[in-house]
Amino acid sequence: MTDTPAIKVSGLTKRFGKKTVVDGFDMEVPAGAIYGFLGPNGSGKTTTIRMMCGLLTPDGGEGQCLGHDIRREPARIKENVGYMTQKFSLYTDLTIRENLDFMARMYGLKNRRRVVDETLRDLGLFERGGQLAGSLSGGWKQRLALAACLQHKPRLLLLDEPTAGVDPKARRDFWDEVRRLSRAGVTVLVSTHYMDEAVQCDHITYIAYGKKLISAPATEIPARIGLKTWRVDGPDLTGLEAELTARPGVEQVARFGAVLHVSGTDEAALTATVAAQKARGTHHWQEKPAELEEAFIYLMTSAVDNFAVDIEGEAA
Amino acid sequence: MNIFSLARFLAILVKEFIQMRRDRVTFAMMIGVPVMQLLLFGYAINTDPHDLPTLIEMNDDSPTARAVLAGMEVSEYFEFTGVVTGPSEGDRALRDGRANFVVAIPPDFERDILRGHVPSLLVSADASDPTAVGSAVAALQGIVDAALRDTLSGPLQAVAGTSSPVSVVVHRQFNPEGVTAINIVPGLLGIILSMTMVMITSVAMVRESERGTMEALIATPARPLEVMLGKILPYVLVGYVQTAVFLGFAGGLFQVPFNGDGLAFFAGFNLYIVVNLALGFLISTVARTQMQAMQISFFTILPTILLSGFMFPFAGMPGWAQVLGTALPATHFLRLTRKVMLKGGELADVTGDMRAMGVILAVITLVAMLRYRQTLD
Repeated sequence: MTDTPAIKVSGLTKRFGKKTVVDGFDMEVPAGAIYGFLGPNGSGKTTTIRMMCGLLTPDGGEGQCLGHDIRREPARIKENVGYMTQKFSLYTDLTIRENLDFMARMYGLKNRRRVVDETLRDLGLFERGGQLAGSLSGGWKQRLALAACLQHKPRLLLLDEPTAGVDPKARRDFWDEVRRLSRAGVTVLVSTHYMDEAVQCDHITYIAYGKKLISAPATEIPARIGLKTWRVDGPDLTGLEAELTARPGVEQVARFGAVLHVSGTDEAALTATVAAQKARGTHHWQEKPAELEEAFIYLMTSAVDNFAVDIEGEAA
Repeated sequence: MNIFSLARFLAILVKEFIQMRRDRVTFAMMIGVPVMQLLLFGYAINTDPHDLPTLIEMNDDSPTARAVLAGMEVSEYFEFTGVVTGPSEGDRALRDGRANFVVAIPPDFERDILRGHVPSLLVSADASDPTAVGSAVAALQGIVDAALRDTLSGPLQAVAGTSSPVSVVVHRQFNPEGVTAINIVPGLLGIILSMTMVMITSVAMVRESERGTMEALIATPARPLEVMLGKILPYVLVGYVQTAVFLGFAGGLFQVPFNGDGLAFFAGFNLYIVVNLALGFLISTVARTQMQAMQISFFTILPTILLSGFMFPFAGMPGWAQVLGTALPATHFLRLTRKVMLKGGELADVTGDMRAMGVILAVITLVAMLRYRQTLD
């Protein structure tokens, strides 16, 4: 693999009508990385991915993907990219084998029959090749879709919320496969809003309402945000949650099973509040390093606030 | 970078065929609809009506004149409903619609025949409904000749001779142009092809984007031309099957003749199919759902039926409507089929119609290609 980044875009902008869906987006995905693309629903993840592989023409900005210009050479990009759409986009009225064969033909693969046979065997669907793709369960559809976009051995894999609606076991198998591909040198850009998937990524970019909020290696993100977190357990957490939310320095109270995670960026104020609570002796308080999950809930909350301001601004 | 890959084109073609085969309802519609409509219209709409009300203006009550009238009645085209005394009364009856025909036997009819003077038998026809009177008029001279041949036997055989002893003069009232030869079946082929081709193509195209498969398709290196041709060609074959079934039924059940040059028909019909597919493709670039595609397609069918000359004589429409009609591919195909099937037209007779369809095709294809996007914007 070369050192040129697999994807490098800057100032990418896309408008649908009056609405700016992606706004001045910059990103650099190093070759061979597993790159996480996070953000709430409707934040512009899918639009950004589509622009990178030439399915949408950006209204502004520029970039290259696998060394090809995203505006001028979409055909060259498509030959070397595997794009797995959010919605199952193979033909439900074609059999599994027919779908794979169709994709193999579209990429002009040699020894098509052998390639398709191999794919079916790897999938463990060799005996079921004659079954209609539409009759597969969600997990199998996802595996088939991934296999279909890997047949032409792409150098870059774009996965748009690949594990939505798939059970945990299938999700784990899926990620094993993604890591195996990454070791083989394939660059993977994956969009998701599952935290357990986010932690699998080497690098994460968080996008909300078309704007990039943060981009950093996964392990550095909590520190970058500067979030302090305390873990609380004890009786009547619901009552405590309501009470804490109003206290100075507490920006976020999130419940994880039988414990609360209380976080804030203003360390002094938060420490004071916690000290007062500790003095009551009703609950057990423990400081803990902030994790990705708190960091993202924090980002999501503040992004929603930004959006609310935008709406008021428009109304005025 | 190649602009067109045969392999990808074939891939799309094969896929379309598989999908077509699996979609039982659509498949049944492709074959079922033409047969059903042919049977329905073929039997319901009678372009060769019999027992048409006819009035007689009798100026020579001779045996020969009566033989002619008897012959007309036996043919079952004419049903004598009364007698008129003069031309003005006959005209009024035609205008009122009380009669479709007025037959005037001239004075000294029999004597003129025997003297070899070839008298004129004047038949006034209400040609405002050319479909109604067309076939009766066409049969008239034959009927009269046959009737006279039977009467003028024995010593009078010499008079019967080889040429007709009577000239039948048909006076087409209210429509001097006499747009006849309207036959529902060749026209129906144009309408059915248009209906199924436009609808099936537009729906099949929109199905890809509605189901989300278009996203995966254009994420592959497929080119617009490959997608367009690969998706359209299977339906050209459907058009072939429809036409074969249709012509089979038309000839077998309704004895529709095929008088002209098969090659002229084949060329025109291929062009017509392609025009309709292109139109379907254009609609698919506008519609977002299969339902919308269906609605827009249906919208194009009404003008095709009403303004193409299928339902009403083209020449009878006002100028602006003729302009609209000229823009419809069906108009030209209808003329072409009628020329070839009924009037025995050759390739040279239909070049004008072909050219018109070619222009329409070029315009539709241009707009469709401009509208078809390789991206999802």
